[in-house]
Amino acid sequence: MAAYTEAEAVPVVRDPNETVGAKIGRGVTRLPINVFLLAVGVLWLVPTIGLFFTSLLSAENYTLNGWWKVIAHPHLATWANYSNVWHNTDIPHALLITAEIAIGGTVLPILIASLAGYAFAWLDFPGRDWLFVVVIALLVVPLQMALIPIFSLYNTAHLYDTVFGLILFHCAFGLPFAIFLLRNFFIGIPKDILESARIDGASEWRIFFRLILPLGLPAIASLAIFQFLWTWNDLLVALVMARNTQPITVDIFSQLRQFGSNIDIIAPASFMSLIIPLGVFFAFQRYFVQGLLAGSVK
Amino acid sequence: MEPPVAAPPERDQPHWFGRYGTAVLFLLPAAFVLGLWIVYPTGYTVARSFFGRQGFGDFVGIDNYKSIFTTHLLVKAIENSAIWILVAPALVTAIGLVFAVLTERIRWAVAFKTAVFMPMAISLFATGVIWHVMYIKDPQQGAVNAAIGAVRGWFTSSGVLQDAQPSSSAITGTTATGFTLNKPLAAGDTAELGLTGIPPDAVPASAKQAVQPQPAQGAIAGVVWRDFSPGGGTPGKVEKGELGIPGAKVALVDSSGKQVQSVKAGDDGSFTFPNVTGSGYKAKVAASTFAAPFGGVSWLGSQLITPSIIIAYIWVWAGFAMVVIGAGLAAISREVLEAARTDGATEWQVFRRITVPMLAPVISVVFITMLINVLKVFDIVISIAPGSTQSDAAVIAVQMWRQSFGGVNDFGLGSAIAVFLFVLVVPVLLLNVRRFRREV
Repeated sequence: MAAYTEAEAVPVVRDPNETVGAKIGRGVTRLPINVFLLAVGVLWLVPTIGLFFTSLLSAENYTLNGWWKVIAHPHLATWANYSNVWHNTDIPHALLITAEIAIGGTVLPILIASLAGYAFAWLDFPGRDWLFVVVIALLVVPLQMALIPIFSLYNTAHLYDTVFGLILFHCAFGLPFAIFLLRNFFIGIPKDILESARIDGASEWRIFFRLILPLGLPAIASLAIFQFLWTWNDLLVALVMARNTQPITVDIFSQLRQFGSNIDIIAPASFMSLIIPLGVFFAFQRYFVQGLLAGSVK
Repeated sequence: MEPPVAAPPERDQPHWFGRYGTAVLFLLPAAFVLGLWIVYPTGYTVARSFFGRQGFGDFVGIDNYKSIFTTHLLVKAIENSAIWILVAPALVTAIGLVFAVLTERIRWAVAFKTAVFMPMAISLFATGVIWHVMYIKDPQQGAVNAAIGAVRGWFTSSGVLQDAQPSSSAITGTTATGFTLNKPLAAGDTAELGLTGIPPDAVPASAKQAVQPQPAQGAIAGVVWRDFSPGGGTPGKVEKGELGIPGAKVALVDSSGKQVQSVKAGDDGSFTFPNVTGSGYKAKVAASTFAAPFGGVSWLGSQLITPSIIIAYIWVWAGFAMVVIGAGLAAISREVLEAARTDGATEWQVFRRITVPMLAPVISVVFITMLINVLKVFDIVISIAPGSTQSDAAVIAVQMWRQSFGGVNDFGLGSAIAVFLFVLVVPVLLLNVRRFRREV
């Protein structure tokens, strides 16, 4: 499927001889669409903004005021919640663990998948297509299938409650998609480049590191963002495979039981948990979209 | 099941490794991880599902599977998942399609797409927290109910008071029917509508000392007031320290029972019905004075919890559908659309007869993706639903976790639920494999 870029967005066809009247006419018919989409766009932003404003209300102000009152009464807002969360809770530690899991859970599967993707794309071995079908089949296996056996395995292998154990789990369930995506990208690399490198006597390893990885960078980038967001945002795996090594989602989850009374911790902590993924998203939106389009079979 | 490594035939080892050794080395790490973390657990979980809570010594046959369909909590989860499957993928796809088509007609499409697509970056767990805050029942705190209350306020206004009783037997009625002065009135009469049983802090803040109405020619004047002063006072008489009830609605009803006039009392409780002729009228404090304010829809209650969570889910995934369908849309030839328009097709006909059929492959990819995703939905359910309605909201994936790790710790039943989940995605698995086979 074609990758999405803004440049590819097709311009609206306009008749250069269009009269002023026709232009106004088109503007008028477009007006309801503009108004409707503006309303939808605002509506879509409200919940996130709402969480942010909620996170600025002190606990006592929260029970008295809706978060939207902050707009009219900015004096209700305070950074005290953030300061409290930062200094008096284990949220900063949880953020650090989240970062470790997300980075490890991104780098490791991409490394492994690049190797496998290259083999599937350009190396000749018996059963290649058959094995790739297996990878495609693994793409939709729900991770629930692995929770119980891996939980037991981790307990015996001392991987329970470790960052490394969580990274390996995320690595495994990110792999089928990563291999699928990278194989499909690598196969599009012009054959001539590889052939001439082989004729020049370059080893497969050299070709892989010197040619394939640099050329595959766009695909690797979109995959990295995808995998990073996926591991950063995980709740279920960490909930099952860890007790004290808590990423931020699990940490906040343990506070949810007293939603009303803990809102001055839950709201700022939740907002802190989504700032980094949101930043990654805004910085690399295009790669993210490309990854989605290339692999919307997951 | 074997780990997916091409097993070398033993006898031609030297030749074989020379030819395929590199491929094996490239594949080995992936084969190890996939084999140990996905393939082996799949086999383990299938096997484990036939054993009871005690472990592999406790063979129970298909009892765990029977439990899935007979235990009340699990049946409820299956019902909820069925609602999810029927509603969520279709809505996400439809909304994404509409957004994708409409954004082609605006100049700020990039900004719109970013706004709608942004929730994709937020964890489903944080999404749950966000929507939990949105859904709070009290309209003072929950934005959704505040918005509904505001819209409702344009059509019906809530009353100024909650509770009241007649202060004397001269008046009859309740807050539900309104309070009517028994005495028939004629032009020039006055109406004293005294009420008690009103908590002091329930009287609107603008209230002033009530004023005894003065008779007026061709009119009926009156007062609605809180007929109670500390120490008692005389019921039915306006006395010092007794406040008017601003905003109370007073109606004038003629002898046939028809309402002829309606006014609001001033800050001192006074009101006047002008231009009155004849007699036989009755004055009444209308029931709308006591209309209860909007208390809020119980989004997180047991009745609405699943639809509420589905709305939040759509908020996340509509952007995905929009972007993928939008990319498909950009690939459709403009000429075909323009030709249809030139031939006089309406926009709706173009959409229905050309755009949608040409987008069918993309739409089905989005729909199937959402279908798989919906089956595994977990985080958003447990973070939106408060403890009291978690079992009303639970879906299959939530119960898999609950039964295995969330207190029950029955790995046999948990495995059976996981296998059930797996079986539901197998058709998609076969579809993917077939699609790949066709490509190669």
